[in-house]
Amino acid sequence: MTCSEFLALLDDLIDDSVTPETRADLQLHLRGCDHCEVTLNTTRKTIEIYRSHEIYDLPPGLRERLHAAIMARCKKGC
Amino acid sequence: MPCAAVRYTLFTDIKTTSPPSTIEFPHPTAMSTIQPIAGELEPHPDVALVDRVRGGDVSAYDELVRKYDRQIFRIAQHITQNREDAEDVMQDAFLKAYEKLDQFQGNSKFYTWLVRIAVNESLMRLRKRRTGKMVSIDEDIETDEGSVPRDLADWAPDPEQNYGQAELAEILRKTIQGLPPGFRIVFVLRDVEGLSTEETAETLGLSIPAVKSRLLRARLQLRERLSRYFRRKKTPRQTKSRELRLGETRNEQ
Repeated sequence: MTCSEFLALLDDLIDDSVTPETRADLQLHLRGCDHCEVTLNTTRKTIEIYRSHEIYDLPPGLRERLHAAIMARCKKGC
Repeated sequence: MPCAAVRYTLFTDIKTTSPPSTIEFPHPTAMSTIQPIAGELEPHPDVALVDRVRGGDVSAYDELVRKYDRQIFRIAQHITQNREDAEDVMQDAFLKAYEKLDQFQGNSKFYTWLVRIAVNESLMRLRKRRTGKMVSIDEDIETDEGSVPRDLADWAPDPEQNYGQAELAEILRKTIQGLPPGFRIVFVLRDVEGLSTEETAETLGLSIPAVKSRLLRARLQLRERLSRYFRRKKTPRQTKSRELRLGETRNEQ
């Protein structure tokens, strides 16, 4: 397997949607390729960091304003 | 590979791959094509809440709002890149969903349906704000599928620990804002907000291969950009030993 072939299957590997045979091929490639191992690990880490860190906080008061808007809409008929 | 200047255009990009209805309120029949998740036999807890709202219990809608308001605000902020617009989008999306709740069909998840409304509201807001102008971004890195990333530096273990919370959030914001809009939306829906590939495709009016292709490129571009901050810093000893090894190699030649 070449690095380009590995890269084409990178998302499937990360998303755990590869067959056992393909996974074995990918693991074999990883054992001999530091480059792809770094790419895999750092791409996984990229996703994990974005998933686990809140980068846009809900503005204070927004939830209350929305509640008031829904109640106002409800008075017209709900 | 030399750097290539690539122009991405949000609206033309989306128009070519989706029907014009993308910026309209999602039609209930379009939503009916979303398949339930395989193996999901129990009704989703949101179904009971939606039923209560339909029965006139507005407090049940408050529960749905509190459950999803953060996600909807984040999505709106990622698309509009403007806090005021994101606030308006969040409010409009929840109000619209409330008004159109009778059109929601239980064969798609309420959350996915809501996200689709929020995405469409965000795109409409962008269009209003930039009337007559296309949204474009000049890209300086092209990372096509199948091509090998340029930056091969490994990262420090737990690299985010080297930054304070506010500094890290700023790095993450700045980095994702630099992605082409069409990549950014796919990454946010798929990887941050947890939609499946099929749901992301349905929400954006894209084909599944298009979602997969954009997701891979988004992930690789983010990874490469974050490497500037997270790469393992070489200690003087490591640098020295590398120089020695290179010297040995040169001597051997």
